Amino acid sequence: MRGALAIFRKDMSIEWRTREGLSSVLVLGLLLLVVLTVAYDAPPEAAPALVPSVLWATFLFTGLLGVQRGFLLERENDCLSGLLVSPIDPAAIYLGKLAANVALLAVMQLVVVPLVGLFLHLDLMPVLPGLLVVLALGNLGFAALATLFAAISVRVRAREVMLPLLLLPLLVPLLIGTVSATRSVLAGGLTLASDALGVLACFDVIFAVAGWLLFAYVVRD
Amino acid sequence: MRRVFPAVTCVTMLAALYLIFMVVPTEQQMGIVQRIFYFHVSSAWMAFLGFFLVAGASAVYLWNGSRGADRLAEAAAEVGVLFCSLVLVTGPIWARPIWGVWWTWDPRLTMTVILWAIYASYLMLRAFGGEDEAVQRYAAVLGIIGVLDIPIIMVSVRLLRGMHPAVIARNEGGSGLVDPWMRIALVVSAVALILVGSWLMQLRVRASRLAEEMAALRRETEARQGEVA
Repeated sequence: MRGALAIFRKDMSIEWRTREGLSSVLVLGLLLLVVLTVAYDAPPEAAPALVPSVLWATFLFTGLLGVQRGFLLERENDCLSGLLVSPIDPAAIYLGKLAANVALLAVMQLVVVPLVGLFLHLDLMPVLPGLLVVLALGNLGFAALATLFAAISVRVRAREVMLPLLLLPLLVPLLIGTVSATRSVLAGGLTLASDALGVLACFDVIFAVAGWLLFAYVVRD
Repeated sequence: MRRVFPAVTCVTMLAALYLIFMVVPTEQQMGIVQRIFYFHVSSAWMAFLGFFLVAGASAVYLWNGSRGADRLAEAAAEVGVLFCSLVLVTGPIWARPIWGVWWTWDPRLTMTVILWAIYASYLMLRAFGGEDEAVQRYAAVLGIIGVLDIPIIMVSVRLLRGMHPAVIARNEGGSGLVDPWMRIALVVSAVALILVGSWLMQLRVRASRLAEEMAALRRETEARQGEVA
């Protein structure tokens, strides 16, 4: 646990000093939002119905970039080997990386979600508590799988295409769940979304545990 | 065994074709196109069998590093993707006259195309990941994650709207297979396609074992030639 905390703190302080990951993710998120809203070109009264799909498509593609960067960083100066010889369990490295990714994605959501509401003319304040639950579950599920596969993709050839190629098909159930849950929350609150929230919770638990158990096989040399 | 297997497969396949085209009565509402269903459903079963084999063999490989398990996982993934592609080709041929569209985002169709994409990406990782032995370990991790995804996909696609007929439903509507010959034809087709799939897997495993032996022999020869020179 202390190892995971140390990794998390290390990644946060790198991020705090360079602000490279965060700023690129924020700008890319904003750009994707603009691209998607412009591409839909919906009339003002139809725009709020687009909120779930635009929000989660933006999250997915921006997240892919942010998560991959976290491991590219470890390649420089062969930092990953340094991590592996340190007296930290691989499972703890996974947890630390997972926590760092969740934090990065949460900051990204903090900026992207109000902008989605602004661009698509929807007042998000009344549904905020329910929306936060969906955002947190989506964030954790995405990060659980993405952390594991980012570690794989930076260590194979053709690494730029490998991460989206491996990750996107596995994430489709998460996408279906988050879009459906967001739509229900916007329509009438959390109770309507119980089926989709169940799917998301299962996804999060299964893949956080699987990542925690399988990470050792990925980084072992 | 190596001689008998292809013969048994051929006989079962011919029996399945005879049943489908000569014995089974034409379905009253859908007409002749319904006959594609026997291979469509059987291919889906074979594809699932392949995908579960990938996960099982991958787990064995991660556990004890057995080369055989790794070869089986790769062969099962290739055969699984092959039969999943057959499902995705035969389905639209049936759907076009019955539903009026080639494709719809029905839960089962969505699930099949996601599964196809997961295992196609597995094959891409194997093909383009590089020569490193670590790639086999990564593929094994993906094989296990992929099978864990299957139940979640099944539940999540129910959140979509659906129109696919239930084949073996236990509800009041029944399966739609009213004639007993239809059920027999389905079972024989399933056995035939599973035999074809297993035969292909066996050939694929043997081919990759021979390729590895070849590579080892070549290295050895080169080393000897180096000594002579």
